[in-house]
Amino acid sequence: MMKAIIIDDEPLARSMVKEYLQNYPDIEIVTECNDGFEGVKAIQQYQPDVIFLDIQMPKINGFEMLELIDDPPAVIFTTAYEEYAIKAFETHAADYLLKPFSKERFDKAIQKVIHHQKNVPEKTQAVLQTASQSLQQNHRIVVKDGGKIKIIPVVQIHYLEAADDYVKIITADGTFLKKKTMNFFEESLPQQQFIRVHRSYIINAQLITRIDPYEKEGHLILLSTGARLPVSKAGYAKMKDVLGI
Amino acid sequence: MDNIASSKKKLALVNAIWWVIISIIHSLVLTGFNLTEAQAIVDSFLSNILLAGATILITNNMRYYLPRREKYWYVLTISISVSAIWLLITRLLLGFIFRSDDHYIMILSRSLSIRFAVAFLMVGCMAMISLLWFTQEEQKMMEARKNEAEQLTRDAELFKLRQQLQPHFLFNSLNSISALTGSNPEKARHMIEQLSDFLRGTLRKDEHQWSTLEEELQYVQLYLDIEKVRFGHRLQTAIASDEASLKMKLPSMLLQPVVENAIKFGLYDTIGEVNISINAKVEKSYLEVTVQNPYDAETAQPLQGTGFGLASIQRRLFLLFARHDLLQTKRENGYFFTAIIIPQIF
Repeated sequence: MMKAIIIDDEPLARSMVKEYLQNYPDIEIVTECNDGFEGVKAIQQYQPDVIFLDIQMPKINGFEMLELIDDPPAVIFTTAYEEYAIKAFETHAADYLLKPFSKERFDKAIQKVIHHQKNVPEKTQAVLQTASQSLQQNHRIVVKDGGKIKIIPVVQIHYLEAADDYVKIITADGTFLKKKTMNFFEESLPQQQFIRVHRSYIINAQLITRIDPYEKEGHLILLSTGARLPVSKAGYAKMKDVLGI
Repeated sequence: MDNIASSKKKLALVNAIWWVIISIIHSLVLTGFNLTEAQAIVDSFLSNILLAGATILITNNMRYYLPRREKYWYVLTISISVSAIWLLITRLLLGFIFRSDDHYIMILSRSLSIRFAVAFLMVGCMAMISLLWFTQEEQKMMEARKNEAEQLTRDAELFKLRQQLQPHFLFNSLNSISALTGSNPEKARHMIEQLSDFLRGTLRKDEHQWSTLEEELQYVQLYLDIEKVRFGHRLQTAIASDEASLKMKLPSMLLQPVVENAIKFGLYDTIGEVNISINAKVEKSYLEVTVQNPYDAETAQPLQGTGFGLASIQRRLFLLFARHDLLQTKRENGYFFTAIIIPQIF
């Protein structure tokens, strides 16, 4: 028996998946969700084997929702948006259905999930990696804050600090943790505004108020928020390059 | 064309009068040197006919060949050489006609330098005027071309702005129809009709065309009805308009993207029940249409500054009316208001 959850903001779209699933007595729909917030809760509660996930949804989109889940199940995306790097998904076990999709195409997707079920979680991780990279306009970051979900517009970020497997995101509203690498943020945040000044720090360049020499070849940066952060030699060169000084 | 022809005639007349006056002065001056009246008239007539011919030659030359570089040297050289040739010809002709009159021949010889000076002035002035005139003409033509090019670009831009119908709307609607065919074929058929009407409307619209508010509202209603099938459980809409406003005109497909925008932020990006309302009224000689939608302060925040994606609508209003104040927005109590103001210019 497999457990499935359908996450889509359109009831008719959900009923379509339900109808196609009637042929699979071994797959049980444990619940349906209207948006990503409900999705996160339901996945934690039911631990499904597979989810049918729309991408464009209110509040947080499908990719952002997946980022909030520690052990994502197999994912079959169902969306009308073609622009999310379909090619990348075709190489993975989890599938990508373009709305409207046929019964045959749907069956194929289910077959993929059933036959590759064992190694699906890793594949989903790979999909996510591709997805975040193809979502070039990263205007915001979604994090879990206790039981709540917090959306941080990137302009509100003061700086990022490496913390083992996590990255600390420091904003006016407080500090948040996200399970990602510094390299990920260095690549996905707007390059003109965020500079990796140190192995462990990425700063918001708009908040720089002073740069002082510090010890031998290092520098110390002062942000308008009062934070003092170290700048490495390479980081200083990068900063000079971006700021044009 | 009539205008050009009549202005050409006028120019020729002014030219002729000018040459007659010059000829009279010329002959009067000559009578002061003890020449007979006949001699003075023949001399003046012959000289000035030839001189007029020379200037016409220069003007026509300029019409087809406008010097690009060293134009002032060109004017000087051509004036000196044409005047010299003219002087030689008049000298030979007049000398031949009055070869028996020594007094005349003497006056002719002595006045050669002054004749050359006058001819040089005349030809030079004419060449200069022609140069300026044709340069200006050329500039006018270039200006006209530039305007035309700009107009074309503007048309293309308008076309592009209007064509931004969101394809995902179409595909999501088709998906809803697909879902309905199983459970509710009647409703599926109805939605196919609605979608067809909507698409037909999109294809038929011409960007230069103006429609009445009534037509545009019908079209918007169709769009909202389709969205209601998709989100029926949580979308409420209200359209209010006073009688007078319905007959007023607005550029076609201008209201539609405003409503699409309201749906995007008010419906696609929010949770729970949603109210979207459209209000139309007449303000003096303006038609004012306001669209009201809720928005999610949390998720809409990162979009601040882009003006909720209304930039293209503002651009289109500017291209149409050359005004920046025809799109107005405000936020109040969790609602976003977009007002478009259409001057009634007929």
